[in-house]
Amino acid sequence: MSDAILNQAYDVQRVREDFPILARSVHARKGKPGKPLVYLDSGASAQKPRQVIQAMTRFLEEDYSNIHRGVHFLSQTATDQFEAVRTKVARFLNAPNDRCIVFTRSSTEAINLVASSYGRTFLNEGDEVILSIMEHHANIVPWQLLQAEKKIVIKVVPCDEDGVLDMDAYKDLLSDRTKLVAITHCSNVLGTVTPAKAIARLAHERGVPVLFDGSQAVVHGTVDVQDIDADFYVFTAHKLYGPTGLGVLYGKYDLLKKMPPYQGGGDMIESVSFEGTTFKAPPSRFEAGTPPITEVIGLGAAIDYVEALGRDAIAAHEHDLLQYATQQLSQIDGLRIVGTAPGKGPIISFALEGVHPHDVGTIVDQYGVAVRVGRHCAEPLAERFDVGPTVRASFGLYNTREEADALVHSLQAVKEFFGA
Amino acid sequence: MMDDLRELYQEVILDHGKNPRNFRHPDDANREAKGENPMCGDRFMVYLTLKDGVVDDVAFQGRGCAISTASASMMTELVRGKTAAEAEKLFHAFHELCTQDEPDIPEGVDDETMEKLMVMSGVRQFPVRVKCATLAWHAMNAALHGEAAASSDQY
Repeated sequence: MSDAILNQAYDVQRVREDFPILARSVHARKGKPGKPLVYLDSGASAQKPRQVIQAMTRFLEEDYSNIHRGVHFLSQTATDQFEAVRTKVARFLNAPNDRCIVFTRSSTEAINLVASSYGRTFLNEGDEVILSIMEHHANIVPWQLLQAEKKIVIKVVPCDEDGVLDMDAYKDLLSDRTKLVAITHCSNVLGTVTPAKAIARLAHERGVPVLFDGSQAVVHGTVDVQDIDADFYVFTAHKLYGPTGLGVLYGKYDLLKKMPPYQGGGDMIESVSFEGTTFKAPPSRFEAGTPPITEVIGLGAAIDYVEALGRDAIAAHEHDLLQYATQQLSQIDGLRIVGTAPGKGPIISFALEGVHPHDVGTIVDQYGVAVRVGRHCAEPLAERFDVGPTVRASFGLYNTREEADALVHSLQAVKEFFGA
Repeated sequence: MMDDLRELYQEVILDHGKNPRNFRHPDDANREAKGENPMCGDRFMVYLTLKDGVVDDVAFQGRGCAISTASASMMTELVRGKTAAEAEKLFHAFHELCTQDEPDIPEGVDDETMEKLMVMSGVRQFPVRVKCATLAWHAMNAALHGEAAASSDQY
């Protein structure tokens, strides 16, 4: 696609006007203007468009109440709006219906829910769970907790030098002992998009359910849980331009139905007595206590926002940024990009020879450029590529080529600074 | 803005960061402690050779950013020859310097040493980097007290 056509289809300057925070500068001092913010850390958390902020404010000002409880007008109104978002999320993932959608506190909690509820019920000593080398800690540690408790075995699918998942190794790891596969749909460090459909098909041949961590994947492309045939799929609202404190678990209803509650409390029970308590059907069974109601409204607005821009148009814009930034960064001597899988998401992790990422982060920050430095909650992966910590620039729907240039410019300054 | 950067990354810091002094594991070390920053993965071992209550040798190994490496390197030069009590006093002086706008320096730290420590004080303008500057110092202090590691949430 040529730039001209791309620009016509997607007016990034207009998009940026929807994000109030992008107009600010950073490091302003008395008498000295700051530097315009160049926000390249959307992979950690995305900024929020005015549409999301306003939807949450409007809800709080006009319709707020607790849900699922009151007979009064506001409770009905709030419940209707809350449940409408559940339906919207189902459509967003192309889930068969909204009973498959459970609201959680985060992706992390959604994975913990599956590990705790499904894992403790259906996994036993010696059973194997397959993860990949490129998992976020959120998709490693819950399984390790289960490992400690149930003596399960964790197997890890490696990746190649480009960061492509080794599907042959995956096939070899699948066995009669495999009871669950839990793999990211898009690596938060490498950007690698994993072949979810093939992963699920191979697991299903052995009757093994698959969980995908879609925290990055839902942001950068269209996800169809039925096409993938995912058994569980999790994502988080705050990376999708929505609020913090809210995650989503999609589960096939037959699986959710046979899973016990994860937490106990109000809103998840049919009846409570001290002789015994009966639980509601999913998704309510997994939503103990008052949920983040206002945040759910915010997620609804975030989904409306990305769908109005067009998920394909966003993906095309981000792909252009990825290609451009990769090309520009590659011209810097001593810069090594970690993660070069074909079809990857707009996430670029790199190391700069002779300069520690922490020092890179501090210096580019003085130029207004916000990047993530460290091991990005994926320590095993850092070991795999033997790079230790890295710098990560992650692009979102509001970023521009000029911002990629600003990153490159600030990295040149880093090199001058350190004589690297 | 760039003045702050120059203040943080002074020539002497860049030099120590690139060419750390006492970057080794002494054979006769009788104390050691690990300092680790889980956020960025910086990890140092600090080795002390204590003889009759005096730091006869001090060295370190590991990997970290320019700030943490330079700070560790400069620490080894400043602590050697000090008594354990003096070394601990230096640790407190340095910690004050990195965290307080008006540092409360303990009595008995000489001016020349303070001057050398002052080089690191630019880190005050960069709160997230204070942990980098104090990492090896915490490890040194832990080693003085016979502990195996500095607690990771100290700074």
